[in-house]
Amino acid sequence: MSGGQLPRWVDLGLIPFLNLSAAFLVSGLVVILIGENPLDAVKVLLWGSLGYAEGFGFTLFYATNFIFTGLAVAVAFHAGLFNIGGEGQAYVGGLGVAFACLALDQYVPWYVTLPFAILGSAAMGAAWAFIPAWLQAKRGSHVVITTIMFNYISFSFMVYLLGNVLKKPGSMQNETRTFEDGGRLPFLNDVFPSFGFGYAPVNLSLFVALAACVAVWFLIWRTKLGYEIRSFGANATAAVYAGISPVRIIVVTMLISGGLAGMMAINEIMGSQHRLLIDFVTGYGFVGIAVALMGRAHPVGIILAAVLFGMLYQGGAELSFEMPNITRDMIIVIQGLVILFAGALEHMFRPAIVRFFTPSQALAAKEA
Amino acid sequence: MFETIILMMDATIRVSTPLLLACLAGLYSERSGVVDIGLEGKMLGAAFGAGAVAYITANAWLGLLAGISVSVLLSLLHGFASISNRGNQIVSGVAINFLAAGLTALLGQTWFRQGGRTPSLPDGGRFTEIVWPFAEQVRNIPFIGPFYAEVLSGHKILVYVAFLAVPLTWWILFRTRFGLRLRAVGENPAAVDTAGISVVWMRYRAVIACGILCGVAGSYLSIAVGSGFGVNMTAGQGFMALAALIFAKWKPVSAMFTCLLFGFLDAAGTRLQGVEIWLIGEVPLQVFQALPYVLTVVLLAGFIGKAIPPKAAGIPYLKERS
Repeated sequence: MSGGQLPRWVDLGLIPFLNLSAAFLVSGLVVILIGENPLDAVKVLLWGSLGYAEGFGFTLFYATNFIFTGLAVAVAFHAGLFNIGGEGQAYVGGLGVAFACLALDQYVPWYVTLPFAILGSAAMGAAWAFIPAWLQAKRGSHVVITTIMFNYISFSFMVYLLGNVLKKPGSMQNETRTFEDGGRLPFLNDVFPSFGFGYAPVNLSLFVALAACVAVWFLIWRTKLGYEIRSFGANATAAVYAGISPVRIIVVTMLISGGLAGMMAINEIMGSQHRLLIDFVTGYGFVGIAVALMGRAHPVGIILAAVLFGMLYQGGAELSFEMPNITRDMIIVIQGLVILFAGALEHMFRPAIVRFFTPSQALAAKEA
Repeated sequence: MFETIILMMDATIRVSTPLLLACLAGLYSERSGVVDIGLEGKMLGAAFGAGAVAYITANAWLGLLAGISVSVLLSLLHGFASISNRGNQIVSGVAINFLAAGLTALLGQTWFRQGGRTPSLPDGGRFTEIVWPFAEQVRNIPFIGPFYAEVLSGHKILVYVAFLAVPLTWWILFRTRFGLRLRAVGENPAAVDTAGISVVWMRYRAVIACGILCGVAGSYLSIAVGSGFGVNMTAGQGFMALAALIFAKWKPVSAMFTCLLFGFLDAAGTRLQGVEIWLIGEVPLQVFQALPYVLTVVLLAGFIGKAIPPKAAGIPYLKERS
């Protein structure tokens, strides 16, 4: 059952489609289990996420987060690394954005602040990924375990910082002061009023995310470093024989991955909340795993998967409003099922499909 | 001062128990070569199952049985994905955590309509404290009396189960044929296969053992310490158990001491909130919360010995290429 036996469209199209269908089918069963009609639910979900401009704006806003965290997981995948720490890296990335905005917002317009915010968030996210990367490269301790540990360390770290250091004086809330205009990205509704995005917080960081997709594509498939990352991911032993330094690839890949996760904070902090606050990541980092799996670690796939998860988030919010039985926890269930079927069980349908696409004589000849 | 120490020890044991159970659960699974980051999800699922059934039946033992069943079912799902389908074990664990977090809250809301919680347990739905003989009579004996009455006596039965599971696990893993094979399957599955033992069946038994212990851990939270299930009530304890497992270098007795240490840090953090310590000043609660993870990372960095996982951990076993 090695690769290459199946036509390309089956490998890249049919199998992911079957996996996703299975995930959504089981989701439908869960909806039936809680006593609602899944078809009605899908209708509400589609209308809520795509049916009107403001809803679509929310979909795009969530999708922006998922593009960043999805790319982060995907880049690490290419080097055979599993960065499960997007959650913590994005959280700490928020510090970089907040430092840039707090320092500059009263003096310069947003387009001057933005590059600093991008650099800051990427630097902080990368810094948070550095120790796990270094431990994996030098000490062989698994990056999955260390990034989980760093997620929890980041939660404590950020609560402490926001509660004791960065808190605005005299406030009970654990958050920084609200940024002035120089620390706020324009909403797309203000840039393109004719689209009618209304109150949707989708903002210019959507374009930063799309630019990041192009950059990742270029990096992975068009540069020497990208080639080394892919070689290392495909066969680490062979890559080392070819003169690729494993320490360098692991550390550099994880820094890029952490940086991308950290950049998620631009959308959330500079684009929407306009202040750094506790728990602003709320699972977007983990969803990045589902997005990367579903998007098969390719930027185009990630954009599609991110929009789909954006639809689930926005449509799910609408759904919990229209059908109160289906709470937002349903989205978490769907994510779990997508990760299960598109990730852990990705080869489940493969043997049957291989049998279907192998002409029976060839099979008989092989067996003989 | 002495009274404080006794109270701290008591609290440490209570907090360590679910960690210890989950840590031993992970021990079985990972020793057999199946990495399990789904401990958290299994505990959460078990806590929900136990809370729901204990509420309906008003019977703590049936609750425990339900908790274990849910956890074992999730274990079998993990096994199906990672043993039978040779999927990525990390991805499967992540999926189980998501599924448990979502399904418990969703079904909890559908069935009980209290925002995902299960209702407060009726009499009989909770495990009660077991008071050891003469606990009250010896309480006044200095030092030993309070220790006996507060620290040893007066815990729920699951606490004793957890601590008895430590020598039992050691014995099973290191003194029985089953244990030898289980460890072998985690180090060199091909050799075990050559000896005519089914790698798949060994690993399935290991994940089932893992499910049972995780089930007890989760049930402890909802029907022994707590009185009913609360949304996301495990709050990362499954991951802390995972950290403890690494810190303990996959050994049962070390696992117990590690869980006691982590439990002590938790108890100390709660106790020392707002207290000035001599020369140090007030230590923020977050330091205690982060310390178990920081210690584990320091260990992984090789500053406190070296943690070497079972050799075949995380690698699906392929019998033959077709």
